[in-house]
Amino acid sequence: MGRGGETMKSAQEAKADQNYQAALTELLYQLADDDFIIAFRGSEWLGLAPHIEEDVAFSSINQDTMGHAAIYYQLLEDLGQGDADALAHGREASQRKNAVLLEEVNGPGHYLKKPLYDWAFAVVRHYFYAQAKKIRIESLKNSSYQPLADAAVKINMELYYHLLHWKTWFTQLATAKGEAPERMKNAIEKVSADMGGVLALGPKEEEMAALGLIESEEVLTQRWNREMEKVFAPLPMSLPAVEMKRGDGRSGVHTSDLDSALTTLSEVYKQDPVASW
Amino acid sequence: MSTTLSYDRLSEEEKHAHFMERIEQGDKIEADDWMPDEYRMTLIKLISMHGISEIMGALPEKEWVPKAPSLRRKLGIMAKVQDEMGHGQLLLRVAEDLMKPLGKTREEIMQDLFRGDLKFHNVFHMPAPTWGDAGLIGWLVDGAAIITQTNMLKASYGPYARALKRICAEEVFHAQHGEAIIMALAEGTEEQRALIQDAIDRWWESLLMFFGPASSSTTGASKQDTTIKYRIRTKTNEELRQAFLDKYIPRVLSLGLTIPDETLHYDKEKGKWAYRQPDWNKFKEIVRNNGPKSKDRLDLRITAYENNAWVREALSPDGAVV
Repeated sequence: MGRGGETMKSAQEAKADQNYQAALTELLYQLADDDFIIAFRGSEWLGLAPHIEEDVAFSSINQDTMGHAAIYYQLLEDLGQGDADALAHGREASQRKNAVLLEEVNGPGHYLKKPLYDWAFAVVRHYFYAQAKKIRIESLKNSSYQPLADAAVKINMELYYHLLHWKTWFTQLATAKGEAPERMKNAIEKVSADMGGVLALGPKEEEMAALGLIESEEVLTQRWNREMEKVFAPLPMSLPAVEMKRGDGRSGVHTSDLDSALTTLSEVYKQDPVASW
Repeated sequence: MSTTLSYDRLSEEEKHAHFMERIEQGDKIEADDWMPDEYRMTLIKLISMHGISEIMGALPEKEWVPKAPSLRRKLGIMAKVQDEMGHGQLLLRVAEDLMKPLGKTREEIMQDLFRGDLKFHNVFHMPAPTWGDAGLIGWLVDGAAIITQTNMLKASYGPYARALKRICAEEVFHAQHGEAIIMALAEGTEEQRALIQDAIDRWWESLLMFFGPASSSTTGASKQDTTIKYRIRTKTNEELRQAFLDKYIPRVLSLGLTIPDETLHYDKEKGKWAYRQPDWNKFKEIVRNNGPKSKDRLDLRITAYENNAWVREALSPDGAVV
């Protein structure tokens, strides 16, 4: 609920309440930037997945995820934050609110030259992220901001398949013979070291919960941990404590991986940001 | 049952005659039906090349997927390239069924590609250095593909004809996607318009080559006679090229763009476009993987294949822990 427990039905209503608007836009930037950057990383995998069937499925997931980012950027545009394309392509790294984990490169190499991408990292990062996103979306279905609650219902339908997809890969590789479990173990450690940044809701976390925009970080993190425990129980490996080793993306802390990603994804846009493409 | 039994008693010649009769009546041949070896081998070659071209065809556009200049364009090109991969998958399945009696699998298709024994389409060996190329590929390369593929919609081989039906429906969207990019550029700034002209200048020769040589005397090899004989296709390479020119020359010119061939004109007497022949020796070199981007794109696939070997091992039937 918004202040006083009521639902905010439109951008106009939300804009009338400064505190509400500030917490809401903060949350929307996190949601938008998370999906945008991981969809970008996913799209770099195009043509490089372990088999053709996976290439088809993975690019479908990336497309959905980019679509979710577009929905959030549109909600921001409706709140007067500026043009959705400019929000996606024109903002500097320091203005971005995505978690550091999601900006990380897929592995050594470049997406067009000798990409020695790490499929274990892709599976673990996407699985952990999809699970966190699922929990967040379930909570957002009851958001006090009605346009966001409506978006969550829509996104949830596609997310069901994403989660199923990554969970299947995750358990299959974790329980396979050969070098797969070892690679998965390494990837789990790598992802856990920064997963805290995905679960974080940033400096306005308390306001977000108090205004009924989303449940608290603590409640959501507990749910995520419970889901993970269930999945890890039968596996020959355990989940390390999640950390935020390389900083809090929600506060604008980022790595050079984000700079290079932004250079690539906005290359054409920046040739003429006011032109129609 | 009884027809199967009597069929087995026929001599090879009789089987062949019966087969030709069937396809001439417009019957569809299915994967398990008897077919002449030449028919099977022609189909395997045609369909595996088509399938692998769809997959290699994702690579020129791959560069532009992350770089597309707006959210809408990003979504559009992601959807388009995903379709191409899906076509590749669909076609490889059709080829796999045909290869089964020969004891061959998709693994052989990939190895043939890596060794250079399985060729992919000439256009996918070419560079795509600007966003204009991304638009042009959708507009004219997919436009050309629609023309060659609709030519085989009534193919005598049922599984291929059915796959093509779906592929052609999706290709229409791709051509519209490409056309929308081109239209936005055409209505844009000087620099944006220059991107399209530049792309046309770069792609024109490849687009002419797309349909293959007019006869086998040009390059020493052409399967068109065999594929026409077996009712896999109906029109010749030259007829398809003319259909492409009929459809697209007016559209290119109406955007105020020029075609880099000052000899190009419509010969009213012959009812055909007269154009400067592309360099067919260059074509031969390109499809032998000596095109400007052949090595880079094959390298990408080989790198991915080798780099993911552990995943294939984990997925293999004896990879799972019991």
